[in-house]
Amino acid sequence: MSKPRLTREQIAARAALELPDGACVNLGWGIPNLTAAYVPAGRTIYFHSENGILGMGPRAKSGEEDYDLVDAMKIPVTLVPGASFFSQVDAHVMTRGGHLDVCILGGLQVSEKGDLANWRVPGAKGAGGIGGAMDISVGAERLIVTMEHNAKDGSAKVVKQCTYPLTAIECVRTIITDLAVIDVTPQGLVLREVAPGFSPREVQAATEAELSWSGKVPEIPVAKTA
Amino acid sequence: MAHKEKLFPTTDAAVADISDGATILFGGFGGAGFPNNLIQALARRGVKDLKIISNNCGTGDGEAGILFKNRQIRSVISAFPGPGAKYFQEQYDAGLIELELVPQGILCERMRAFGAGIPAFYSPVGVGTEVARGKEERVIEGKRVILEKALGADFAFIKADTADKLGNLVYREAARNFNPVMATAGKTTIVEVEKVVEVGELDPESIVTPFVFVDRIVVAKGLRYV
Repeated sequence: MSKPRLTREQIAARAALELPDGACVNLGWGIPNLTAAYVPAGRTIYFHSENGILGMGPRAKSGEEDYDLVDAMKIPVTLVPGASFFSQVDAHVMTRGGHLDVCILGGLQVSEKGDLANWRVPGAKGAGGIGGAMDISVGAERLIVTMEHNAKDGSAKVVKQCTYPLTAIECVRTIITDLAVIDVTPQGLVLREVAPGFSPREVQAATEAELSWSGKVPEIPVAKTA
Repeated sequence: MAHKEKLFPTTDAAVADISDGATILFGGFGGAGFPNNLIQALARRGVKDLKIISNNCGTGDGEAGILFKNRQIRSVISAFPGPGAKYFQEQYDAGLIELELVPQGILCERMRAFGAGIPAFYSPVGVGTEVARGKEERVIEGKRVILEKALGADFAFIKADTADKLGNLVYREAARNFNPVMATAGKTTIVEVEKVVEVGELDPESIVTPFVFVDRIVVAKGLRYV
């Protein structure tokens, strides 16, 4: 029996700690989208959606949905005071132009140089879809990738070089997984935190790319989640 | 009458001159802001070999889905065909549809360029990925960039909330999305709206699309596919 890793919600909750008060933030599909629910108390975050919203609040309550007011996952949302609407063009002026503070995307692979592959599994059926991920990755001031540390077949997702179709090169700043928090630095991948109960060596064993760390690596503070 | 008559009595009348092989832009994102009544009229008209430019490729029979179902579409330029694009996916897997996948913000910017009279521009989005294949690459201000060409069409189908009889448009919430930029990139722009008001009734400060970009107006109760 392998040791329990973080849940998807716990990965999202850890990612939320990276968001400074007042930040403008775009969240991608999947684990990133869960992050909004875990913003630490006392911080105001202005969530951005590429269909033209800055200042999204929580998801709309049942019975109060307005289907002209949806996030990029088509989910009805609400607004916070100070919110605005604009066109898709301006939404991507914000992403590509580097006007957002933090962007969080899902990942299929991240390389040791911070290359990201997140839009298609080679050989999978269907056309795949790029969506806004390339514009976001290229422009993000600070790009965080949240994902499981290993694929379902156990293969590493933090790799020396991506073998999946790329989203953007040298764009990722921090990787948050169910095993670790890793920073992409000019000196390579630096292990910042490990999941409770895991040693840096165990995390390295689950990682294809080389990690470095110094001294005792702190554990990820695991939030109580739903 | 001080202005051209743009108001059409029906959606069928508004699309009556669209021929086989036409290129058409469709607004809409995440179920909001789709010109579904115009698309339904195009389905009734039965024209074939259409080339469409749309963020997605339909949701079931809704949005562009009905045109795929009827085999009216030959090729598509899209950012995110989407999990709901049943008929598109079947035809794509069967090799019946030509697809160009474009990063969403670049899709916006290519249409913006067309509408603004700029034939091409350099962008960092997609550098080092399959999006860059076959495109001129160079380094500007130390940044790797690729050449992207402007994108326009014979017709733009867009959805707004309110028009005045001149064609000034006001949108609702995130239903704005791609519609304003597509209005600028269609040789003939056709808008479906919930209501039309007299010239002078819209607050000039609130007009998002000025009438110069709009050729035809038709009133139709919005259809939505969630």
